[in-house]
Amino acid sequence: MPRDFTPKVITANALLEGDVVYLTEAGIWTRHLAEAEILTDEADAELRLLDAQAQANTVVGVYLADMTPTDNGPEPTHFREDFRRTGPSNYNHGKQAERA
Amino acid sequence: MYSYNEFDSAFIAERNAQFRAQVERRIDGSLTEDEFKPLRLMNGLYLQLHAYMLRVAIPYGTLNSRQMRTLAMIAERWDKGYGHFTTRQNIQYNWPELRDVPDILDALAEVEMHAIQTSGNTIRNVTADHFAGAAADEIADPRPVAELIRQWSTDHPEFQFLPRKFKVAVTGSPNDRAVTAAHDIGLRIVERDGEIGYQVLVGGGLGRTPMIGKVLAEFLPEADLLPYIEATVAVWNLLGRRDNKYKSRIKITVHEHGIEDIRARVDATFALIKPTFSGVDQTMLDGIRAQFAAPTFRSGPVHHYTAAYADNPGFRAFADTNLAAHKKPDYAIVTISLKAHGATPGDATADQMRLMADLAERYGHDELRISHEQNVILPHVHKSDLPALYTALREAGLGTANIGLISDIIACPGMDYCALATARSIPIAQEIALRFDELKLEHEIGEIKIKISGCINACGHHHVGHIGILGLDRAGVESYQITLGGDHREDARVGDRTGPGFAAEELLPAIERIVYAYLAERNGPEETFLATYQRLGMAPFKAALYDEAASYAAE
Repeated sequence: MPRDFTPKVITANALLEGDVVYLTEAGIWTRHLAEAEILTDEADAELRLLDAQAQANTVVGVYLADMTPTDNGPEPTHFREDFRRTGPSNYNHGKQAERA
Repeated sequence: MYSYNEFDSAFIAERNAQFRAQVERRIDGSLTEDEFKPLRLMNGLYLQLHAYMLRVAIPYGTLNSRQMRTLAMIAERWDKGYGHFTTRQNIQYNWPELRDVPDILDALAEVEMHAIQTSGNTIRNVTADHFAGAAADEIADPRPVAELIRQWSTDHPEFQFLPRKFKVAVTGSPNDRAVTAAHDIGLRIVERDGEIGYQVLVGGGLGRTPMIGKVLAEFLPEADLLPYIEATVAVWNLLGRRDNKYKSRIKITVHEHGIEDIRARVDATFALIKPTFSGVDQTMLDGIRAQFAAPTFRSGPVHHYTAAYADNPGFRAFADTNLAAHKKPDYAIVTISLKAHGATPGDATADQMRLMADLAERYGHDELRISHEQNVILPHVHKSDLPALYTALREAGLGTANIGLISDIIACPGMDYCALATARSIPIAQEIALRFDELKLEHEIGEIKIKISGCINACGHHHVGHIGILGLDRAGVESYQITLGGDHREDARVGDRTGPGFAAEELLPAIERIVYAYLAERNGPEETFLATYQRLGMAPFKAALYDEAASYAAE
């Protein structure tokens, strides 16, 4: 029996700015987690990861991050990914500032 | 302070030019990230959680006003208007963009600073007592020898690919303010029969396996120091474990081989290499020493100081906590707190950096220091200038009178910034500082050191905190483990773990219970938290933390 696959998104940091980025369904990188493609099939996720890793001139440190699908898009299952999509808690810097 | 010679300037310029070309090649795709990563790390550039981070060395924590102003300019021009001073006397910029880093390094070079060897498996920035050259209890200024070690270790061809990073700290005072026992090599300047020498500690370190350094040499003559250190690092370079990252530090090598075996190997290597040191190192040291000549101290009445101390309670609180004894009785060492209640420990804005530079120029012989406790020091201030200095600091939000008190917390960047962290540190420090300020208990509690790390790498020195806090990830939730009784001074010891950890929302009440237990159990205000712990042990504090029947509360 195949093991359960936790849904994931592909994430990385932008090469030039270091910003956290996510891969969209269209295969482009976005700064917004809500726009990320959520991958529910393990084999598909692995293939998409290989494609993403090939974009080494755009991004750094590509990996799959666990998410929960919601009506508002992917939601992180771990606090680390939550911090990555928000920014630091001591200043209004990072993504939280960009959204404001 | 040390000024670059022509060789230094040319070396830094060449390294910066190399790195500029490497960045260009990474951006145009000529270099892969695997090829580029070791090159950027050699220049202090990390990729962290939200952005790149540039770590800049402040050798032995010493800088002048011009350098501080450049740090401020960089913060404003290429970052988000602030910098973070670390426990290793570095400054970290949290938001630089890759293409700007070569320009930042060039700006640093203009004021004789760089980011070389602030990362990687090499000898890192040499740290020293932040009161160096000023402290009343000092045997000798540790900075000249720290500078000699910096020059010897920078780009040393034998030591660029060590088993892991290697940290050296130097103190010139018997009261150890440089945490020498928690370094790979700790050097303590000592005096024997009128001769200056070094007690050499080896194999100290915190992190996953905290260890207190062991004495490798009880008294090493000055002339033997550099070849002896070279022999020590060379022995570890050969013996050190490269098969397991967690066993690669010299503390594990010393533990596995035993200090006697390591000493025998170091002595044998030292005997071989000593003749190759023709004495040029001592000639260089003499030249360096001349550059660390004390400023021309002035003499004059101090009645401004005594009058302000008598009349102004705010100044009195500041003087009681933030001043330390200077070797000249008319002078004081001033510690400027970067721990205003609720602030991020170690952070300074560009405006604050510029103000501190101005004040150092006006009142402090143009000298500043960065402490491992993440504060800024003006080492030489005439007492008559202290009231005016305090007023200027207070107006800029830098007059917090809390040095050594419960809100003077060391906190690493934690998961708010660091890619290695497993939990946050900064909000914990902010919460504790704000709470005890609200309770108005800080001065009543007296001297206490809280140190917080966001992961087991222990950048926040939690093992040697009187109260140590370690942030961990427990099944996807931030959890905090408490240790008690750690000490970072000359008789350093690692704290004892209290028991199960606490969730983030449970932690502040737990710290409060520890503090109330101390206030209830101490033999009067003169007995510090650490002394009370050493007298009573863990029992009353463990009961306060975990036994619901034990209740300590505010009187």
